[in-house]
Amino acid sequence: MIQPNDNYSIMVEDLTKRFGSFTAVDHISFEVKKGEIFGFLGANGAGKTTAMKMLCGLSKPTSGNALVAGFEVGKDNEGIKKNIGYMSQRFSLYEELKVWENMRLYAGIYGIPEKQIKERIELMLESLGFQNEINTFVKSLPVGWKQKLAFAVSIIHNPKIVFLDEPTGGVDPASRRQFWELIYQAADKGITVFVTTHYMDEAEYCNRISIMVDGKIAVIDKPQTLKMQYHGRNMDEVFRKLARNAVRS
Amino acid sequence: MMSKTPFSAFVRKEFYHIFRDRWTTLILLIMPMMMLLLLGFAITTEVKNAQILVLDPSRDEATRMIINTLEASEYFEIKGEVTSIEEVETLFRKGDIGMVLVFSEHFSDKMLHTGKAQVQLITDGSDPNYALTLTQYATAIIGGVVQEFSAAQGSIPCQIHSDVRFMYNPTLKGGYNTVPGVLGMVLMLICAMMTSISIAREKEFGTMEILLVSPVKPIVIILSKTVPYILISLINLTTILLLSVFVLKVPVTGNLLLFFLLALLFIFVSLSLGLLVSAVAKSQMVAMLISGMLMMLPVILLSGIIFPVESMPLFFQWLANIIPANWFIKAVKKVMIQGLGFGAISFELMILSGMALLLVLLSLKAFKKRLD
Repeated sequence: MIQPNDNYSIMVEDLTKRFGSFTAVDHISFEVKKGEIFGFLGANGAGKTTAMKMLCGLSKPTSGNALVAGFEVGKDNEGIKKNIGYMSQRFSLYEELKVWENMRLYAGIYGIPEKQIKERIELMLESLGFQNEINTFVKSLPVGWKQKLAFAVSIIHNPKIVFLDEPTGGVDPASRRQFWELIYQAADKGITVFVTTHYMDEAEYCNRISIMVDGKIAVIDKPQTLKMQYHGRNMDEVFRKLARNAVRS
Repeated sequence: MMSKTPFSAFVRKEFYHIFRDRWTTLILLIMPMMMLLLLGFAITTEVKNAQILVLDPSRDEATRMIINTLEASEYFEIKGEVTSIEEVETLFRKGDIGMVLVFSEHFSDKMLHTGKAQVQLITDGSDPNYALTLTQYATAIIGGVVQEFSAAQGSIPCQIHSDVRFMYNPTLKGGYNTVPGVLGMVLMLICAMMTSISIAREKEFGTMEILLVSPVKPIVIILSKTVPYILISLINLTTILLLSVFVLKVPVTGNLLLFFLLALLFIFVSLSLGLLVSAVAKSQMVAMLISGMLMMLPVILLSGIIFPVESMPLFFQWLANIIPANWFIKAVKKVMIQGLGFGAISFELMILSGMALLLVLLSLKAFKKRLD
């Protein structure tokens, strides 16, 4: 059991997931502070998606403990689900619904009272600059806009934590910058951001990052500290030095 | 309140999906009618105005009477006469002729004096079903005429007179068989196939993941998916009934309430079958193939809509028994055509309920397994 601590939104202790004889996630332990932007890095197959799925309550841990937003993973998944937002690498809004219909649907899913829905949607449209796109079908939006919309929808219920699984995959650099501005806005509002990414320049935008290698967390620290420690000019070099030792991938 | 809002939000979304796509709407609402009309009119085992030729060396009273009666029936049309048996083959090859009637010489005399007059029916065996039906109809008509003729001549009729009566369907209309069959097929198609496809689509597009991370219970998602299809099934049920009564002239003799109760039970069975498929299928394509191959094809082939199950090998008859649609079709025939009550279909209702229970348990298990 982990003692709940108000300073942390995520606390993980020896979290493990095995599929048969394969250990996808091998006794990882870490904490994420409240309001922090936490980068969760690792090569493909390092186990980051599996770890994230456990934290979101989508997959049961084989052993170990984790507290997410104060709720125990595997025991109180309902509590977790109410307090987190989630956006996946696969674009996940309904393409054949209009912008406002998608917003309305997710507002309904998260049980936002009918009276507040309209106001929330208007606020969201404004912060995205989407006022003219309210009746546009999502399928006709450019990819970068879709990602922004998906992010806004994932925090429509003001969650304590938002999990972003490679949110900027396939998006051009300019759109990625805009996307990160939205992430900063959310963090300013006190939402903890837990993000996985393949882009090492994005890793530098995070407050702290962890790098997973072969199911274990190899390092966890501020980007600047890691760069100094591993004598890298940028995160890319740090990542390469660490991932070189990987057995899997 | 909390649980009601997501549900209605979902149901609204499902309706958008269906009714925004004009083709989906069209297919869901028009296709059942097309199926009924196609199967009702086109695929029929009834014979109408089959063209026949006559080779009649006797040209006496009895043969004329037979020919006239055949001509007068709506089943046959006398196309003309041939003079030699050699002509027959060339005429068959042309393909328009359904049957040739060959009388023996001195037909009336032989019949009256020896009781052994002969008539030969030659049909095109390359279409055995059609050929069989033609000969059956012709034999029945000829038998009747011979009977009448002998009686009129005052001789003792030596043949056994068989009076055939088709209960519940006196004129042997194909629609009596088609309508229940199409009902079974359409409900299966819409409830099982469409539900499984729409769930598989969420998985394929990745939206299912988002829904599973949300606080909404999976059961709410699944229930909301079934609502539009239940509604569409009920609409289709009504249009099919109206078409069958007013266009195919198949009457509804039984209790409508009992009929809809039966239909609801079958809808439930089909929905749970669709859920089971969607628990296994990861993409729309797979869902479509599984539903098409494992559910639609057996229903079409083994439900007796086109081929009679009674004349199939034992293995297929046994196989037909595990198809839910067959029990539904059987019960529909009893309620709709024979006008029987609850007691008569209690066995079918029991089997269908058992199947529903089994399918729901299986699909719940399949869903749980996937979440671990």
